[in-house]
Amino acid sequence: MRSDPQATRVPRFTAAQRWSHGLFGLLMLACLATAAALYVGPISVAVGHRSLVRSVHLWSGFLLPVPVLLALVLSAAMRRDAREVDGFTAEDKQWLRARDRRSGRIKVGKFNAGQKLNASLTAGAVIVLLLSGSVMIDLLGIWELRARTGATFVHDWVALAIFLLIVGHLWHALRDVESLRGITQGTVSEEWARRDHEAWLEAVRPSSSAGVAEPGRDAVDGEQKGTP
Amino acid sequence: MTVDQTSAAPAAPEPDLARSTPIGRRVVLTLVGLGALGIATGAAIQDSIDGVIGAVANRDPTGLTGLIPGSGGFRYYSVTGTVPAVATADYRLSVTGLTDRELDLTYADLQALPQVGLTRDFQCVTGWRVLDVPWKGVRLSDVLDAAGVQAAAIALRLFSFDGTYTESLTLEQARREDVIVATEMLGAPVTPAHGGPVRLFVAPMYGYKSLKWLGGIELTSTVVPGYWEQLGYDVDAWVGGSNGREDTPTS
Repeated sequence: MRSDPQATRVPRFTAAQRWSHGLFGLLMLACLATAAALYVGPISVAVGHRSLVRSVHLWSGFLLPVPVLLALVLSAAMRRDAREVDGFTAEDKQWLRARDRRSGRIKVGKFNAGQKLNASLTAGAVIVLLLSGSVMIDLLGIWELRARTGATFVHDWVALAIFLLIVGHLWHALRDVESLRGITQGTVSEEWARRDHEAWLEAVRPSSSAGVAEPGRDAVDGEQKGTP
Repeated sequence: MTVDQTSAAPAAPEPDLARSTPIGRRVVLTLVGLGALGIATGAAIQDSIDGVIGAVANRDPTGLTGLIPGSGGFRYYSVTGTVPAVATADYRLSVTGLTDRELDLTYADLQALPQVGLTRDFQCVTGWRVLDVPWKGVRLSDVLDAAGVQAAAIALRLFSFDGTYTESLTLEQARREDVIVATEMLGAPVTPAHGGPVRLFVAPMYGYKSLKWLGGIELTSTVVPGYWEQLGYDVDAWVGGSNGREDTPTS
């Protein structure tokens, strides 16, 4: 374990990205909670207040893309990461197929293929929810009833899918404290980066690429770990 | 929150786009395409799902089928916070306004009136429909006759004992044989969540006319629009003939 964690922390997400992710997450949770109160019978019974819950759901929903779009406009780092998430490499396809994808055999970039897939599916699902939701409430009064029924059908099923996607996302995130630090505080430990995102670490910190700790860093508490 | 650290270390290099396939955007575009297709065809798919699961969902004691999107069965809508709970022994129905005498009916008083049963589909204005729901109760018309309606009365205001919800009917609508003060639905006493112990069932109209937790009836000389009607829904809420909808009439 490094004795001076500050010195070895690797910057992963900028403030703009962290704020964008945090606000998007809060709005998403508000959408899901109000959706449950509108849709799941026993929760509807406990919560009531249908008119108010509906308003909160609509506002959270329509505000949902704003933090992401703002970050894309304002932050070069966000645009860079979006390009990386969009692009699947040969290693990504290999990673998705490999049974030992967590072993470190396949060197992973800033995002693994699962994270890329999650981001793309979430983005697509949010767009579909916004479109179908807009048809459902029909503010302009231009949609036929059949289209609104179809939109309700799509909205219901995609909401169920995105709920499962987010449960999976939180499941992975909450089991990995260091990845949580990355998205809340902006930096991750070198050890974590080497284990889960080695290709990324090599690119941002070529000095660490060999996985050899600088001498002296580990001397204080006498530990020598993770340095084959 | 720590300071933005991009200056403290070399920024990550640009992703090597030449080596990668833009699968992310393909996933997004595919989903959007499927979503649009679903909006266009979903109503037909929904119809067949409703037909298959709807009847089951209503009698499913686990309630699990209710979690399947569009699986039929009743959905719970309340405009206030908690489910009003009133025991049948404490239940009162007041009949006031332009009547010969004011009534304060108990649950037992309602049971002493002629009991009628009818089975009709229940259609919500938001789209869901529950097929063949059996109802029991007394005709609203019989309750009105018990109070004696004065000549000046042309409409009813109906009050829910949740303290907020109201509805309206013209006297002519209220006199229909398929408008009942219901004490039973689905073969059992009306539960609190469904508006028990006593609710209204207006068979030919959308669900919002079938006021839950019926507590008061007032005879009036004008039609006073109810809760959802003040928020834009039609006052004369015939199924298939109002609110811009084309559902099959229920009664």
